[in-house]
Amino acid sequence: MTSVSPPAPATARPAPSPASRTGFGGVLLGEWTKIRSVRSTPWTLVIFAVVSLGLTGLFTWLTVNSLNNSRSGAADSGIITDPVSFILSTGLGLGSLAICVLGVLVITSEYSSGTIRASLLAVPRRYPVMLAKGLVFAALVIIVGEIVAFCSFFIGAALVNGHEFTRTARVAGHAVTAHGTLHVSLGQPGVLQAVVGSGLYLTVLGLFALAIGALIRHTAGAITAVIGMVLVIFPLAGLLPGSWGAHVHAYLPTVAGQLITQDKPAADQLLSAWQGFGVFCAWTALLLAVGIYLLQKRDA
Amino acid sequence: MIEAQELTKRYGDKLAVDHLSFRVEPGRVTGFLGPNGAGKSTTMRLVLGLDRPAAGTATINGRPYSELAQPLRTVGALLEARAMHPGRSARNHLLFLAQTQGLPSRRVDAVLDLVGLHEVAGKRTRGYSMGMGQRVGIAAAMLGDPSVLLLDEPVNGLDPEGILWVRNLMKQLAAEGRTIFVSSHLMNEMAVTADHLIVIGKGKLIADCSTREFISRSSEKSVLVRSPDADRLADLIAAEGGKAIAQGPSDGQAAALSVTGLEAPRIGEIAAANRIVLHELTPQLASLEEAFLELTAGSVEYGGGETPIAGAPAVASTTTRGSSR
Repeated sequence: MTSVSPPAPATARPAPSPASRTGFGGVLLGEWTKIRSVRSTPWTLVIFAVVSLGLTGLFTWLTVNSLNNSRSGAADSGIITDPVSFILSTGLGLGSLAICVLGVLVITSEYSSGTIRASLLAVPRRYPVMLAKGLVFAALVIIVGEIVAFCSFFIGAALVNGHEFTRTARVAGHAVTAHGTLHVSLGQPGVLQAVVGSGLYLTVLGLFALAIGALIRHTAGAITAVIGMVLVIFPLAGLLPGSWGAHVHAYLPTVAGQLITQDKPAADQLLSAWQGFGVFCAWTALLLAVGIYLLQKRDA
Repeated sequence: MIEAQELTKRYGDKLAVDHLSFRVEPGRVTGFLGPNGAGKSTTMRLVLGLDRPAAGTATINGRPYSELAQPLRTVGALLEARAMHPGRSARNHLLFLAQTQGLPSRRVDAVLDLVGLHEVAGKRTRGYSMGMGQRVGIAAAMLGDPSVLLLDEPVNGLDPEGILWVRNLMKQLAAEGRTIFVSSHLMNEMAVTADHLIVIGKGKLIADCSTREFISRSSEKSVLVRSPDADRLADLIAAEGGKAIAQGPSDGQAAALSVTGLEAPRIGEIAAANRIVLHELTPQLASLEEAFLELTAGSVEYGGGETPIAGAPAVASTTTRGSSR
């Protein structure tokens, strides 16, 4: 027989619960409730998946079908020389912007709505809020990111596999014609790392955006900053002259981080895939640390 | 118990809170009173560890807020009306707070019942009225069934029924032995709610006394006298030890005097003995609101220049309680 206890009157002291039930676990649970209870979370993740998968399919299909077309351009040679990178970079590249937006929103929406004050009143030591937020967000993005990365790969692979191509190039004054059949699979060297790496890259990118959001604290400003860096500033740094320019470019956060999403290293690559990922993680950890330092110091 | 010692907060050049020391005792409602910009909200944020003080300390039950392991079980706070995401439901807002404190979800239902929001708790707070938002804030403050409550302008945006409800809730919670610290810029609201008052202006302590004492201290009597021969009467009153201040003639009536230091019967006797005609002889009590305004007159942050406050005549000195309306 089960006894049903009557609802506790609001003004009665709650029974003291064991200390083990609280602490960081409670903060994690609270952050999970926060992130799942606003509509921006499912919406941005749906947009991320639709854009990533849709554009991967569309670009791959268009490119594959124009392969033997005489007007074939640079993208065609890309899909021939490295079809895996082609598949993983087109759709996910644009879809990743949705992850940036979500990363910024999970922290800046606390500031714009005033929720941050409730959060810090509940956890006055403050830094556990940021750690828990980062962990919960990272867990969510790594799951969704890996699923979308694998789906992108399988969509792309289905479109390119078995596709025949004829390619004419001039070698030493002679026209050389090459025939081939496109084939990609997870078993090829570097491919599994590139697909898994795409999900990892998205996760760290989201945390990078979260860190920028924690520093700037305003939604529009932080989104502009993140997207400006990822789409404009970091790629433009590739135009820096000389060896030092190449080194600066190679160590920039997303430039280094994207190496792990490629199955074949480029000839002039300064960092290995995992080194690049380490550099990206280090940047993100540094920014998160600065964000936590400011959170401790600033008035909320 | 809340204790502040030499609490100081600076924003740029401006001292928002200036070496403020006070103690808020349990078992009674302590009103925290001051004009807008006096530093009430800043003081509460300092006590709650949201703002970092430039100097001084604030403790709750002897410990700084930041050292409380599960602070919502000790302290409940209502700051702004809306400290919640407009796209999140009230229930989820309260749920995440409960989870961080290891509180069971039935506490969420309990406080939703307490504030009467059970029906709409699943809806996003975007559509809530100001009063409903305020009720969610009060529910959040009550979530951990705290022994100390800090409420910043809790009746803001509430309808008369809601105001009465908050008033009674505060009294009931104080009667249970809790510490209730409630800010307001409205003296009349505090007069009916608070047992004790802490009054600040420009970040400094002005008064720290019981409400009863504050009222009796503030309600010093003055007498309004109207006479066609006001000038002569003023001299006679001064000779008797009273203080008469000319109020200036008003629309066809005889000139008025505001007299302090003499009771109305004595003024009547003086007038009769000197064959002075009186048109009016009215004992007056300064209203609480006026007493409060006068007390804080020197410390209004955003005053309107030389404009006299509380309808006091321009000639009134600072020691006069101009109660003519």
